[in-house]
Amino acid sequence: METLEQIKTRAEAAVPGAKLAVVANGSAGNPDSLRVDSASAVAVARFLRDDSRLRLDYASNVTGVDWLEKRVSEVVLVKKVVDEVEQEFEQTVERVEPGYMEVVYHLYSMELQQGPVVLRLRTGNRTDDVRVPSLTPVYRGAELQEREVYDLYGIVFEGHPDLRRLLMWPEFLDHPMRRDYVEPDDYEYEPTPHGEVLTKAKGHFPR
Amino acid sequence: MWGQGIIKGLRVTARNFFGSYFHKSRLVTVEYPEQKRPTPENNRNFPFLVYDGDDPEKGLRCVACKICEKECPPQCIYIVPEKDERGRPRKHPHLFDIDISVCMSCQICVEVCPFDAIKMDQEYELSRSNRFEGLLLHKRDLAKPNAYYRQIHPTEASLVDAELEQARQQQAAKEKPAAGATAGPGQPPQ
Amino acid sequence: MVDFVHPNRSNLETENRRYRFQKAEREDSEGQGVLEISMGPQHPSTHGVFRMDVALDGETVVRLKPVFGYLHRNHEKIAEKTTYLSSMPYTDRLDYFCSMTNNWAYALAVEKLAGLTVPERAEYLRVILGELTRLQNHACLMGFLLQDLGAMGTPLMYAFREREKILDLFESLSGSRMMCNYMRFGGCRVDLPAGWLDQVRQVTGGFGPFLDEFEQLLTTNEILMARLQGVGVLPRELAIHASITGPVLRASGVNYDIRKVDHYGIYDRFEFRVPLGDHGDCYDRFMMRLLEMRESLRILEAAMRDLPEGPILDPKVKIRNFKPKPGEAYGRIEAPKGELGFYLISDGSANPYRYRIRPPSLINLTVLEDLCLGHKLADVVIILGSIDIVLGEVDR
Repeated sequence: METLEQIKTRAEAAVPGAKLAVVANGSAGNPDSLRVDSASAVAVARFLRDDSRLRLDYASNVTGVDWLEKRVSEVVLVKKVVDEVEQEFEQTVERVEPGYMEVVYHLYSMELQQGPVVLRLRTGNRTDDVRVPSLTPVYRGAELQEREVYDLYGIVFEGHPDLRRLLMWPEFLDHPMRRDYVEPDDYEYEPTPHGEVLTKAKGHFPR
Repeated sequence: MWGQGIIKGLRVTARNFFGSYFHKSRLVTVEYPEQKRPTPENNRNFPFLVYDGDDPEKGLRCVACKICEKECPPQCIYIVPEKDERGRPRKHPHLFDIDISVCMSCQICVEVCPFDAIKMDQEYELSRSNRFEGLLLHKRDLAKPNAYYRQIHPTEASLVDAELEQARQQQAAKEKPAAGATAGPGQPPQ
Repeated sequence: MVDFVHPNRSNLETENRRYRFQKAEREDSEGQGVLEISMGPQHPSTHGVFRMDVALDGETVVRLKPVFGYLHRNHEKIAEKTTYLSSMPYTDRLDYFCSMTNNWAYALAVEKLAGLTVPERAEYLRVILGELTRLQNHACLMGFLLQDLGAMGTPLMYAFREREKILDLFESLSGSRMMCNYMRFGGCRVDLPAGWLDQVRQVTGGFGPFLDEFEQLLTTNEILMARLQGVGVLPRELAIHASITGPVLRASGVNYDIRKVDHYGIYDRFEFRVPLGDHGDCYDRFMMRLLEMRESLRILEAAMRDLPEGPILDPKVKIRNFKPKPGEAYGRIEAPKGELGFYLISDGSANPYRYRIRPPSLINLTVLEDLCLGHKLADVVIILGSIDIVLGEVDR
């Protein structure tokens, strides 16, 4: 199969205006992923499915990933004027990289039996800009999995034919798989609590 | 002939039914609790603590290192080490509780124990009348002698005994030259 | 290939709201209302706690909505809080019939992530146990399908008699019949006890006559043919479009077996055929499993003959404090139900950052409504049985 860079150049040629980027994978031997912007995601997916050399007609796995915001402190050289002499000082600057949520698609080809192409779609941030185009019209197998990502992460898929909660009950309000999910304060007695369960137990059963 | 397939199928059923009078392989019912199937050697159910010798307190192999408590996936083990007069922890558990309503018999505690102190039992007739206290096993319920371990898992127990014996001999061999040196000058080293 | 447009629905607003029956569907062929039945979570034929909201026109299905989540235990979130090894016993409980293959898929994903190699003997053991799992799962499934057809338990008990022998093998090897917790990252946990291979040869020797008996009992049975043939036809294009995998896909004529495509483990060394179906109906799905069982027997024979001596665990692997480098990996195997995949993202600590299971049973349920439209209510039970779901996997 072609390398990811070749696929990227051909996709950029086929879908004008698409912004693609290769995201490197830390562990060796595992494929890198291709990040697509939301506006052209459906067109790129359709190109990957219908192109005669790729024929990636099988969406194997649709995952949601939650990346919290990261506080990065960097040591930066800053030029300052002290006693009319320009000197360089080291200063630690705190930066906050905004958090976002991702949807990862693993695409395989049943016709040509070739390897995975990993596609990533990114939301704007974790709170209000969580809309992402749905790839269900292109790959119907993503239908139930995108519903699950909506249910557990809160990412809203535009163009999905039937977006409802899948695993939680319909009146449930929060999104459980997010990293900052706080469980409701109901506690059932157990004889051997540990760790955080112990602090919860002490709240309910002071002993 | 229409219906032939059904008749062929009924012949198979008849073969199974009448064959169960003649061939043991077709009669598989075990009338529990009067008859019990023998469990194979590797069968595991819930863990128990091993002690050497006769005294369940002094011979207990467990040193309360808390590795099994940390590695247990559902966190069903609760250990409190014994403290001596000055408040320092001694190498003996004061409390060792396993909640068998939570334990899923995954056997990871056995794998990670560095002292061969906790092993898997085979008892499955464990019904109790109380959901919380009845299913919480304490140290005195869990401690069972090495002879029992050798009875239920013969191959494993003989391997463990051989390893422990080897470790003891190595320890004794290391201590002998040290004892010879501290015995005083003029004594030949052994 | 055309895009998928959902058959009888306009675009609903994407909000957390119950679906509503539209007015046109409230009338059936005679102008009366449709009958809405909830084949609720407690039902003997739904293979677990699984609910289907079915709308019937007389006895014909007009609309079918599967509802699940009754067995949701949030395994993915638990795995983010515990270590990699501690998730291994939880994977047993996903598809609780096939614990060995669940373990294998997870071990494969972690080995891909951390770059571990598996010794030869462990690979052969994994193949032997994987194929034994496939045998007992397919036997179980055929028994349940016949039970759903109304065979009142007799073929089910014959199938379970054979399954018990295989479960006894698992017990004498790993200690537990169903929740084996046997595979480790870089190999297997414990080596074979004495005489185990002979017991396996005895069991597989008896399995061939059992399959012959089963075929004689069933395949020319007129009732079976009338109730299974032509029911729940899955067209080839829809199967690929809807990401169906496993015997359901191969019954529709698509040659995609992950053992042959991905070449994971040492499956390249075994010669086995992949059965394909022509029509894609329930009868084909049923026969698919029967033929796969015969192929599994061939693989087992070859694997037991070639089993080498040697270590079963990679000596560099740490049991405690196992911290793979940051990165991500997706490992998948051909589980008896379809493609079981694990997607792991590691951030360098002892707990995975993201742990995702790609459940074959859930994704095979995408087409349940399409298959059942136009059939009678009794056929719904059979179609569900032929898709072979296990709720532990659907809900995780």
